[in-house]
Amino acid sequence: MEVTQRELVTMVHGMLFGGFFLLALFGMFVLLLDRNSPDAAPNQTVPRWQTIYLIAMVIVGWAAVLSGAYIIYPWYRAVAPPGSDLALYPKLLLTAHPSTAGWHDFGMEWKEHVAWIAPMAGTMVAWVLIKHRAAWSAHRAVRTTVLGFAAMAFLAAAIAGGWGAMINKKAPVQGGASIQLMVNTR
Amino acid sequence: MTVFKLIPQNPANGPIAAAVLACGIGCFALGVLAVAGDGSKRLAAALNLYNPTGPLAGVTTVAIAIWLVCWAVLAARWKNKNLAFGKVSALAFLFLALGLLLTFPPFGDLLLGR
Repeated sequence: MEVTQRELVTMVHGMLFGGFFLLALFGMFVLLLDRNSPDAAPNQTVPRWQTIYLIAMVIVGWAAVLSGAYIIYPWYRAVAPPGSDLALYPKLLLTAHPSTAGWHDFGMEWKEHVAWIAPMAGTMVAWVLIKHRAAWSAHRAVRTTVLGFAAMAFLAAAIAGGWGAMINKKAPVQGGASIQLMVNTR
Repeated sequence: MTVFKLIPQNPANGPIAAAVLACGIGCFALGVLAVAGDGSKRLAAALNLYNPTGPLAGVTTVAIAIWLVCWAVLAARWKNKNLAFGKVSALAFLFLALGLLLTFPPFGDLLLGR
């Protein structure tokens, strides 16, 4: 069972960093909803597990966008030398035909920018929850606003992740050295 | 030994207002730069900080720089203040919504007359 180096890095970007970030954002949103309810006890201190959870969420969020922009996107948009196999150049493969061009012109163009809103908003929300829990607990308007930004972070991450998965299905990023994950014994 | 922490009854919301507004401004800057870079070849070339990634590197780096600088400046100014949070929040959501809208390619194309 083999995978190419680019496929492996793309999996780490999308399924590990991106997938975990999306799940963690949803977890944070549920946590905020729970604390925002009228019958929730005022919480002035931050449990240690929440601090670790929020910091881990922020780290994987930034790891997702940075690995996407600086490692995978250059492979995706690379210019093919004449006579190359376009399967190794996903952007060119998609834009070569009008029926698939939209995956780049709409999907990738949207994904590559909207993705960055998620870690920006996620970082802000995590910072407020860790550093200013007392003020966050004291002001209802603050809690509602932070909840709204958390929802927008989740939406942005879901758009980026969803398009990324679909584009990679249509024109996968591939190439590089083969890595054997498991020896076939049959 | 028991340690008692003094917690203010009405802690200042200024630092949170600074964080929220700066985040909105950063998202708006991202959207503006994405559309502007798409519409101007000169700006796209200026934003091409790392050739393999193209203008995306500049768009995101500049937007993040604007976000962090705004955050630092506003946080310093509003450190111990209690602000009318509703107004700050409305402004921040307006910026965030515009930022999200500007990253949506059909809207950017509409603004660029395509």
